[in-house]
Formats: sequence, C-alpha cells, structure tokens
Amino acid sequence: MGWFKRSPWVLHYNATSCNGCDIEVIVSLTPLYDLERFGIINTGNPKHADILAVTGSVNEKSRQVLLNLYEQMPNPKVVVAVGLCATSGCVFQDCYNVLGGVDKVLPVDVYVPGCAARPESIIDGILKACEILEEKYKLQKKQAASG
Amino acid sequence: MNTIHEIVLSWGVFERMLAFVLLAPLVGGLLAGIDRKVSARFQGRYGPPVLQPFYDAFKLFQKEKIIVNKFQDFNIVLFLMFTIFSGALFFAGADLLLTIFSLALAGTFFVLGGFCVGSPYSHLGAEREIIQQVAYEPMIILVAIGMYQVTGSFKVAVIAQYQLPLILYLPGVFAGFLYILTIKFRKSPFDLSMSHHAHQEIVRGLTTEFSGSTLALIEIAHWYENVLLLGMVYLFFGFNPWLAVFVALATYLFEIFIDMNYARFKWQLTFGSSWLFTAVAGVSNIIVLSLMR
Repeated sequence: MGWFKRSPWVLHYNATSCNGCDIEVIVSLTPLYDLERFGIINTGNPKHADILAVTGSVNEKSRQVLLNLYEQMPNPKVVVAVGLCATSGCVFQDCYNVLGGVDKVLPVDVYVPGCAARPESIIDGILKACEILEEKYKLQKKQAASG
Repeated sequence: MNTIHEIVLSWGVFERMLAFVLLAPLVGGLLAGIDRKVSARFQGRYGPPVLQPFYDAFKLFQKEKIIVNKFQDFNIVLFLMFTIFSGALFFAGADLLLTIFSLALAGTFFVLGGFCVGSPYSHLGAEREIIQQVAYEPMIILVAIGMYQVTGSFKVAVIAQYQLPLILYLPGVFAGFLYILTIKFRKSPFDLSMSHHAHQEIVRGLTTEFSGSTLALIEIAHWYENVLLLGMVYLFFGFNPWLAVFVALATYLFEIFIDMNYARFKWQLTFGSSWLFTAVAGVSNIIVLSLMR
C-alpha cells in the first residue's frame, strides 16, 4: 500500500554546514510550508528515521559521525544531500580539510541543489526520496523472497 | 445511544473484553490522528491526515528489526499485554483497583524496557518515567477510593450504572484526575520521559533504542491506554451516557489545548505540583465526603 510514502521520518544532520541550509530545512516544518502534512516528522533519532537529510560539505571530523548515523538507521533508508555543499562541496571543495560532498562517504539517492536550498526544493527532494524508499523496500522484499 | 448502551449491557464478560481488544486500537489511533490534526491547527499548520498514526504504525511494522538485546522486546510485549489486560478488565466491568494496579505494572515493564539498553538518553527517559509514575499514581488510586465511597463498590459495572451523578460528589477528585491525565497522555507540560514534539531534547527519551515493530507496539499500547483513561473519565458521568461520552471527548480536546499552551516543566515542578494538587483537590474531597456520610 506504500506506507513508506505516507510516513517518512527525517533525520537531519549538519555535516559542517554554514547553517544556511539547516535553517531552510527547519523552515520547511513551519506553518508556511508544513512538511508534517505529508506525514513527515523531523526526528532526532537515527533508529526511528527513514530519510537522512545531510547539509554541509562533510570534513574529516563529521565523516565518522555520518557513517555512524547511517549505520544505525534500520533498512530501508535513503540519503538526501541538501544544498550545493552537500552535493559537491561548493566553494569549499578545494579546502584541504573538506571531503566535498556527502557522496564521498555515503550512497546518496537525491541531490537537492541551491545555496542555500529553497524550502520548496527541499520538500520536493524529500518527496522524491519517499518514492525511492518505496522502491528500495520492494527490492529488499524481492531479494528476501529469492533468498 | 441508549440502544448501544443496552447492547453492551446484554454482552457477557468475554464479548466485552473482545470488543475492547478489537475496537480500542481503532478508536485510540483515530484519537491520536485527531490530536495531531488539531495540534497542527492550533499552530496554524494544515497538519497530517487523520489516519496518519495508522500509516506510521504500518510503516514501522515494515522496517528492519534492530534489537539491542533480547530483554528489550520482551519488556515491551509485556507492557502491551498488561495494558490490554487492564483495559479488558475495565471494559468487562471488573474491579477498578485491579485495573489500576495492572496498569501500573504495565508502566513498570515499560520503564524496565528503557533501562535494559545502554543508551544514556533511554536511561534518562526511564528515570523521568519513574518520577512521573510516582507523581500520578496516588491520584489514580484516590479516584478508585472516591468512587468506592460514593457507590459502595469497586466494580466498574456497578459504578458505570450508578444513577446519581458521581461528578457532584467528586469534583475535587475529577479535577485532580484531569491534572494527572496530562501526564498519562504524555502531553506538555509533563511530557518529560518521551515527547511527541521536540525530538531533539533527550532525543526520544524512553523510546530512543526502540525501532521498527517494537516502536509500533509502544504506540499501540499507548492507544489502548488512552481509551482506558477516557473510560475512567466516563465513569464520573455514568448517569448519562451521552453526556459521559461528550465529556470524555471534551477532556481529550482540553488536554490537547493544554499541550499546545505550555512549555515543559522540570521534573521537580512536575512532581511537586501533582502531589500538591492531589493533596488539595483529591484528599480534601475524600475527607469532606467521609465527614458528610
């Protein structure tokens, strides 16, 4: 019936972001955009989460934290890179301490562009992630059935 | 309504228990959905669909099972079982005291579930849950004592059919019960141990280490518990079933209203204020009642 699409819970992690995208992620929960009308909850707990929304360019310090959070999330799970820093490293990509994008550490499913990403595009990205979540669940079930 | 009442009266004990086990999660889930919708409206948001709690539960059952240790799920299953047991006792018209004690036992298993894992957030949530239990338990027992003083019986079946309005004899007890109902519903200002809002504070308190289907069981147990507690509100107005159902629903809306208007209390204030309120409203009501007789 597609329950994942109806109730995706989002974990937001700030991997050395400038806070611009973080504010926009929070803004999408406010009355103007109201992410919760899609059943989306901003949870602080990786064990409850379905979608990992990462902002920031990811450096050596946040790399391990990011991996830990991802590993604690139960399957199926989806990673959304929010903002240009998370997709490519943006203006920080040549810095010696910056890895340059979430996809250097985790398999990213959805890239949300923008500096800072607009709330509309974040909501769009999260909803796209819901569909991927649904596909991943179906694939997982097929794999379990075929052994 | 009266015909529904008569049908329920014509049922035997097991039929009533079965009706509770099957219907309570539907009613409880729907109430939780209305809660989220109304809360969103209070905040000027559109809010999730009314059936959202069911979507959440179905999704959680489809998630991967991550179990920290083998005692964790055991405790939660017992929590659910004893919550259902106490609710079934209540709606079968059995002893009110037994209902209250088995509900307390269910709460204890929930706390044990929080303590059996390693997470400090979970431990903090479990400690706060114990403080909450100590805060609300005296008042719940006073409800049973007050009802016994008026009706002369602890049997729910007798209390529910008592013809005089209990609320006129027990206004203080009812006020005290409303106060601790906020704790039981896990609403602000008393949502210390686990909260539906503000997930960032102690992550998710007691439920931090629970995921997937176990978390769904906790939610379902909470739905059962809510229906049972609204049933206890019903008892105060049992002389008129229409009024009683109306007041039970109004109580739920009132708790949502309180939830939206208060910031969280510290545990000292939670504990102190609920005992003070229990003493002032509950105990004094019972003393006056015993002097009148």
